[in-house]
Amino acid sequence: MILMREVQMDLISGEKLEKMTSMEKIRLILDKVKTGRIVVLESGLTPDEEVRLIEMTMTEIRVDEFSGIEIESYPSKKEGSFFDKIFGRSIKGRMTVIGPANQIRTIEKDKYQISTKVSVGD
Amino acid sequence: MGFISSFKDSLGAWIKSIFKKKRAKIGIYGPPNAGKTTLAKRIVHDWSGDDDFGNVSHIPHETRRAMRKEGVVINANGSSIELDIVDTPGMATKIDFKEFMAFGLSEAESKKRAKEATEGVIEAIKWLDDLDGVLLVMDSTEDPYTQVNVTVIGNMEARKLPLLIVANKMDLPNASPARIKAAFPQHAMVQISALEGSNIDDLYKAIAINFG
Repeated sequence: MILMREVQMDLISGEKLEKMTSMEKIRLILDKVKTGRIVVLESGLTPDEEVRLIEMTMTEIRVDEFSGIEIESYPSKKEGSFFDKIFGRSIKGRMTVIGPANQIRTIEKDKYQISTKVSVGD
Repeated sequence: MGFISSFKDSLGAWIKSIFKKKRAKIGIYGPPNAGKTTLAKRIVHDWSGDDDFGNVSHIPHETRRAMRKEGVVINANGSSIELDIVDTPGMATKIDFKEFMAFGLSEAESKKRAKEATEGVIEAIKWLDDLDGVLLVMDSTEDPYTQVNVTVIGNMEARKLPLLIVANKMDLPNASPARIKAAFPQHAMVQISALEGSNIDDLYKAIAINFG
């Protein structure tokens, strides 16, 4: 008999992310990833949010429980609308995939494609 | 005439002092084992003669506390710049103590190192708020599209601070600086071997140009 194991993947829309504060986004991501889910953010995080996510992740690493995250995104895009530039919002987050470090592994990444492998726990 | 000449000189020096920063606090960033401390040691040795700056190891996360060397004066490209060099712990998104055990450390040593490494990553992130520029060290034999590289570059761009990419480990046969340049073409890059010191003068010129 073949046992099928499953991984839950949550794709979070840009609209939902826009309404959330940075801390809400980081908490949402970590809560999901710590339960073994893979999270895909349609519009990604800002560079500052990415670094805060890494910082928060470090504080939550526990031996034999949580060893951190695998996060992959494309380099930020500088292009924005005229008003974005005026108000200093010219750096846009891009699609980002985040998962538990012990379950997701990046196979290949370049400017145009991110390939990851997801393994299912025992 | 003397007064006018003297006034012009003073005005020139004043304008230069405003628009050309001559002292900068520079952070050395990158993933674990990219050669950050080897580079920091070489810079500090070359320009201050101090041979006692940081430890180097093949085990990742050897540097787990940021170290600062103040007042390193670099003379290159016809100018002089005084740097505070901050060697930061390797940035990572995951730290598993079992990886250290693979290098022969005991379980207790590995767990201690892992705990200190997580604190080191946090410290490196905190330093980003207090720098004038970054030397981002990449291992030329590795894929440059790591999240650490993407995140550090994104943060420097968002803060509008200068960044110089150091393509390190050029002494290794499979080094590919072209791959780094293709990944981040918008940023200045210098290819060196911090271990052997090759092309190090090009790095000092680039530091004077980018951070001076």
